[in-house]
Amino acid sequence: MALAKITSVSGTAVHVPGADIDTDRIIPARFMKCVTFDGLGEFAFYDVRFDPTSGERTDHPLNEERFNGANILLAGVNFGCGSSREHAPQSLNKYGFKSIIAESFAEIFFGNSTTLGMPCVTLTADQINHLREAVEADPATEITVDVEKLEVRSSAGHTFNCAIPDSARDALVSGRWDPIQELLDNEDKISSVGEALPYV
Amino acid sequence: MGKTLYQKVWDAHTVGTLGDGRTQLFIGTHLIHEVTSPQAFGMIRELGLTVKYPHRTFATIDHIVPTINQDAPADPLAAEMMAALRENADDFGVTYFDLASGKQGVVHVVGPEQGITQPGSTIACGDSHTATHGAFGAIAFGIGTTNVRDVLATQTMAMESLKVRLIKVDGELKPGVYAKDVALDIIRRLGANGGIGYAYEYGGSTFKNFSMEERMTVCNMSIEGGARCGYVNPDDTTFDFLKGRPYAPGDAEWDNAVSRWRAFASDSDAHYDDIIQINAAEIEPTVTWGVSPDQGISISETIPDPAEAATEVLRNSYQEALDYMKLPGGTPIKGVPIDVAFIGSCTNGRLSDFREAARFLKGHTVAPGVQAIAVPGSQITAVQCEKEGLDKIFEEAGFEWRAAGCSMCLAMNPDKLVGDQVCASSSNRNFKGRQGSPLGRTILMSPVMVCAAAVRGVVSDAREVFEVGESDIAVA
Repeated sequence: MALAKITSVSGTAVHVPGADIDTDRIIPARFMKCVTFDGLGEFAFYDVRFDPTSGERTDHPLNEERFNGANILLAGVNFGCGSSREHAPQSLNKYGFKSIIAESFAEIFFGNSTTLGMPCVTLTADQINHLREAVEADPATEITVDVEKLEVRSSAGHTFNCAIPDSARDALVSGRWDPIQELLDNEDKISSVGEALPYV
Repeated sequence: MGKTLYQKVWDAHTVGTLGDGRTQLFIGTHLIHEVTSPQAFGMIRELGLTVKYPHRTFATIDHIVPTINQDAPADPLAAEMMAALRENADDFGVTYFDLASGKQGVVHVVGPEQGITQPGSTIACGDSHTATHGAFGAIAFGIGTTNVRDVLATQTMAMESLKVRLIKVDGELKPGVYAKDVALDIIRRLGANGGIGYAYEYGGSTFKNFSMEERMTVCNMSIEGGARCGYVNPDDTTFDFLKGRPYAPGDAEWDNAVSRWRAFASDSDAHYDDIIQINAAEIEPTVTWGVSPDQGISISETIPDPAEAATEVLRNSYQEALDYMKLPGGTPIKGVPIDVAFIGSCTNGRLSDFREAARFLKGHTVAPGVQAIAVPGSQITAVQCEKEGLDKIFEEAGFEWRAAGCSMCLAMNPDKLVGDQVCASSSNRNFKGRQGSPLGRTILMSPVMVCAAAVRGVVSDAREVFEVGESDIAVA
C-alpha cells in the first residue's frame, strides 16, 4: 500500500470568510445519510451556497465562477470545529480541495484531513489576508503549499513560513499519512498491551 | 513529580511510537453507531481485514432512529443505514444493542448505563461527544471514520499526545444553576477553540460533589470548548454508579477493580500544563445567544452589542451571529420568544435530567404555540422515567414524550426545526442549521431552563418561573 509522498500542493485558491466554521456548515447532517463517502463533494457548504428558502445560489465565494477549479481553501480561526464527522474533509476533498490554509484548525478535523492526505497548514491572520487580497485581485494567482519546506508561496510574490505539527508533516512528506499498514505491522505488541489490560 | 490520570492511562495503553512520531495507542473500548461506521466496515472489507477485538466493540443506533415508531423510519436511507449496522454487527460478531434489546439509546448514554465505560480505560467512538465517558476517569476520544477503520482492524490508532489543563471549580452552585451552566460557563470563559491541544481535567469540590450524570454533562461538552477529551478523577461516586451494572466487574473481581481504578486518579503533585480556577457561586443560569457554544451569557445579561466589541474580528463574528439569530444586540436575552422546547441528547438526556425538570414542571403548562418534546437518552432511561411517572408529568404539562434517540440535537432523523423556528434546547450545539432547518435557531440551556422557556413561551429565568428557593439546590 504505497502512498503518494505529499511534499507540496499547488493551484489556485478561494477564501471562505468567518471564524469557527463548523463541520455542520461544511457538510449539513442530512447529507450524512449514506453508507459511502462517494458523491459528498457536491454538498460541501451546501446551506451557505444555496439560499435555504429560494434554493437560488448565494453570493458565497464557492459560487463565484472566477474561483472555479480552486484547489486550496483559505480560512480563519478554528476551522472544522464541532462534530468528528469525516464527511466534512471528505466532502471538501471530493469537491476538489487538496490543501487548506487557516489561522487554526479543530483537532479532529485536522487529523481526519491528514489521514486523507490533505495538508492543513496555518498562517497568521495577516498573511492569510495578503493571500486573500491576491486571489481576489487575480483568481489565477497560483499558490503553493510547500509541506516539505514549511512555506506558502504565491505567484503574486508572497513567501510565508507556515506551520504544521511535525508528525503530520512527516506523515505527508514520507507517504505514511494513512497509518493502517504501520498499525497492522505491530500486531505482536498490540496483543501484549491488550493482555496486560485487565478490562480487555 | 506525580502523574495525571491522562498520563497514566496513556502510558498503560501505549503500543509504541510510529514513524511520524505519533503514539500507537491501544483502544480498550470501541463504541460504534450507524452514521460513522458503515464506511469503516466497507474499508476493512475492501482491505481484506477483520475486527480484531469484536468483544471490545459495542454498537447501538441513535443518530437516525425516529423517536416515534423507532423501528419504522419513513426515510429509505435511514432504513438502509439501520440494515447496514445490523449486517456489520452480525458479520463481525460485534455486540449490538439494537431496538429490540431494550438497551438501545444514545451511544454515550448506553456505555455508562451498561457499565462498559470504566475508569482507567481508553474509549473511542466516531462521534465528537465521546468525551462524555471521561466522567468515569476514562480517556475517551471522538474520531473520524478512517480512525474507526483503524480501531476496528487493529484496536489501536495513531494519536498525538495532549497537554493537560486542570479546570478547578470550587464551592456550591446556587439554586437553579446546573452542570450544564458550568459547561456553558467554562466554554464562554475559554472560548470554542480554547481547548485545542488539551485534555481537560475537571476538578475541585464542585466536581467532587457532582453525581455521575452531572460529571457526564460537563465532560460531554469538552469538545465545544475545543478539547478533544475531558475527564474527572474516579472516586466512590464513580464506583457506586458502576457496581452491579451488566459489564462492570462482578463481586469476585470488584475489590481488585476498585483499587486498580483508584490508582489511576491524578497524583496530588501531578504537573499540569495550565490551571484555571472558577468559583461555583459566580456561575449563573447560562444561555447562548449566537451560533457558537462560546457565545453565551447569563440569563440576566443583555445580548452583546457588536458596536461594543473589543476587536473588528469579534465585531464581525457578533454581527454574523446576530444576523442569523435575528436578535438585536444590546437587548435582554430574557423574553426572546421560542417555538420549540427540546429536552434530551447525550448532554442532558439522563434520568436525573428528567427528574429535575419534572420536579419543577409539575403543575405547569406549556405555552400555546410552543412544541415541546422530551426524549430519553436510552430505552432504559425511558423505562426508569416511566416507572417514576415522569412521562405523565411531561405529558400533562403539554410535552410530547418520545422514544430514545439523538432526536433534535442533530437533524438526522424526523425531529427537526422548520424555517427559522427558535428552539430552547438542552443539547450541545447552536451551530447554524444544526437542528435541521438551514435557518433554524438554537438557544442552549439546562433542562430546567428549557422547561421555563416552554411554560412562558419566551426565554426565561427558571428561578423566577418556578420560584426556585434556597431549598431547591439540585440533589443528585
